[in-house]
Amino acid sequence: MTMREIIEDFRHWDGPDIRIMEVCGTHTAAILQGGIRSLLPKSITLLSGPGCPVCITPAAYIDKAVELAMREDCRLYSFGDMLKVKGSVRSLADAKAEGAHVRFLYSPLDLLEIAEKDPGHLHVFAAVGFETTAPVYAMLVKKAQESGLRNLKILTALRTILPALELILDSGDPVDAFLAPGHVSAIIGSDAYRSLAQRYNRPFTVAGFSPDHILLAIRQLAHAVREGRHDVCNLYPGAVHQEGNRKAQALLENVFEPGPSVWRGIGIIPESGLFLRESFTAFDAGSRGLDSDPPANPACRCTDVILGRIHPASCPMFGTVCTPQEAQGPCMVSDEGSCGIWYRFRGEI
Amino acid sequence: MKQVMMVHGSGGTQTAGLISAIFARHLSNPVLDRMEDAAVLKVGGSCVFSTDSFVVDPIRFPGGDIGKLAVCGTVNDLLCMGATPRWLSAGFILEEGLPFDILDEIVCSMNAACVEAGVIIAAADTKVIEGNGGLFLNTTGIGMLGRRRPIRADGGRPGDAVIVSGQLGDHHACILSHRLGIRNGIRSDCAVLLPLVDALRSRRITVHAMRDITRGGLATVLNELCLSSRVRCRLEEVSIPVSSEVDAFCRILGLDPLYMGNEGKLLLFVPDNQSAQALRALHATESGRHAVRVGTLLAPDPQNVNRTRVVLHTRLGGERPVDSLSGEGLPRIC
Amino acid sequence: MCVAVPGEILSVDGDVATVDFFGNRMRVSLGLVDAKIGDHVLVHAGCAIEVMRREQAEELLVLLAELDEVLAPEREGRVR
Ligand code: SF4
Repeated sequence: MTMREIIEDFRHWDGPDIRIMEVCGTHTAAILQGGIRSLLPKSITLLSGPGCPVCITPAAYIDKAVELAMREDCRLYSFGDMLKVKGSVRSLADAKAEGAHVRFLYSPLDLLEIAEKDPGHLHVFAAVGFETTAPVYAMLVKKAQESGLRNLKILTALRTILPALELILDSGDPVDAFLAPGHVSAIIGSDAYRSLAQRYNRPFTVAGFSPDHILLAIRQLAHAVREGRHDVCNLYPGAVHQEGNRKAQALLENVFEPGPSVWRGIGIIPESGLFLRESFTAFDAGSRGLDSDPPANPACRCTDVILGRIHPASCPMFGTVCTPQEAQGPCMVSDEGSCGIWYRFRGEI
Repeated sequence: MKQVMMVHGSGGTQTAGLISAIFARHLSNPVLDRMEDAAVLKVGGSCVFSTDSFVVDPIRFPGGDIGKLAVCGTVNDLLCMGATPRWLSAGFILEEGLPFDILDEIVCSMNAACVEAGVIIAAADTKVIEGNGGLFLNTTGIGMLGRRRPIRADGGRPGDAVIVSGQLGDHHACILSHRLGIRNGIRSDCAVLLPLVDALRSRRITVHAMRDITRGGLATVLNELCLSSRVRCRLEEVSIPVSSEVDAFCRILGLDPLYMGNEGKLLLFVPDNQSAQALRALHATESGRHAVRVGTLLAPDPQNVNRTRVVLHTRLGGERPVDSLSGEGLPRIC
Repeated sequence: MCVAVPGEILSVDGDVATVDFFGNRMRVSLGLVDAKIGDHVLVHAGCAIEVMRREQAEELLVLLAELDEVLAPEREGRVR
């Protein structure tokens, strides 16, 4: 079967209304780039899940990062897209404009060399991410410990995806099927979804990131829903093993422990955060207890949007009070947030 | 090694020494050599006038440096208005600590770009500030229209062919590679667009609108032109030209080549029936050899004038709206 | 969520490799994988997170050609 035929098949698709959640922000971006939505029948809706680390990082965390960045003796680093998210008052980009030392890096591991060369400052990486990125931070901390670096710390806002999916599934009945994140799955393995699939009767498909893989995965899920199947299917076998990356899992286990953590717009999810273990607290820049997350605008309905309960356009502020330029909630801030995506599409496609 | 110090900006002997050692030596021409407070220019008829400032870091990069960039940037703006560039002014802001030989190299390459573009630096100024060996540069330019009419941003018409003169994202990828320590062979496309514009002119191509694709990338520049021309545009993803190296670079950092800056690329709207001829003209030039038609202008949607102006027809046959760049276009890794 | 791309290992120096991505070369940590020169690794934030298995990837292409196979229930074992 060719891509043409898949597309043709969707054109004549006859099935129930199906809501598929793409969990991962990079899938969201690829779906946008490939114009995938325009190839799907009206009855298939793609919902963007909570898999954008930038969207779900609470205000208190950003505030703490800004506070560190403003300190004379401190240098703060992160990934590029973290810079623009506002805390309760400012973003890291704002702090930078006020003279704070904030730099974006491609790899957290670069910090080892930076810290070694500049012993006069404390170097902190704002460590956001999911299971894919967490092992990289674990390695950073391990190496820092081995080489006795005392001026390197991480400020963590690390999340694991399964507790969030469970919460979504518990919150009502908004999602019929999940497009599972390809690179998180490379670490945790495709088997990690089995228990959720069975307990909640939902199909999961792990997919890579090229538009044709994504389209194939959506077809796979749509058929599964229509036929009442709830299996886990791995369509990214080149990168994802059933059992995941054992070495990375062991390192995560060694360095981090799970704990309750706040997801912006959702609230506290038990056991969904990763925190440095006791033996590594010397490398923690103060990551625990950053729970306060006052909504920028109390009328914002991001929680409902993230959980798939309402469509962004159903929020009364969407596109009027709330735009990417004047975002009232996290879903509008990031390019990967549901409201931001729908704003850009303007309901056209 | 000799380097710039605060005293070089004092206006005294040391300033004069710096000027004669570097600036006057490379940029010499009858207008500048008079060393007067202002240049006297013979301007007859309509002229176009433009200014631009350059703050690129690093100041030297594969394919060019800030000096070449500052000439190309302003000259290309004048060219895109349909003018013949003639005179530039150059304002240098030097940070103390800048080595003389680097400054020398940059001013030298500025001169080479001027020769290529057929312009002279008619006025120049230098200031020194405290800092770390950096260099900032402003150029202002005047170009003559002669009897030609300026090429305006609002000239695009439904049915026009949308052409880009080469592969996208090279400059942006080159600069970012340097900053992030990624080694590759990507060179900045920094170039004077005169040969391209000349080629189009000599084949008598009717250009409805033209712009150099700089900051914000094709997406942003195209949206601006479509907005001014009150047209929509349909782009074909398969024809968007990107080198495999830049494409891979973009994948590593989660960037979109449509939003990446260039320093030697033209976007032009020409009548559909002249599209093939325009491409032939561009292909005959060095920097236009990858020129390609990427799309077509469409009439505005009568139902909804606010409808997205640029739509990309994707490889898979889907569609997606292409907006202007918002924010900084930073890499996203996680 | 997580941008990662496959590249080919050109050389290895301890647990750091030089990896090529269509002409772009980066130093990449191999701390999370067992990989050797010539292997393709999936790289995220400067770290190889998995060794790409070419046969499986190719098998998927075959599966793309025989899509109906993929759509049959509980075929994950076979896909892998
Ligand atoms: S449109 Fe704005 S206010 Fe409404 S849910 Fe989305 S982010 Fe919140």
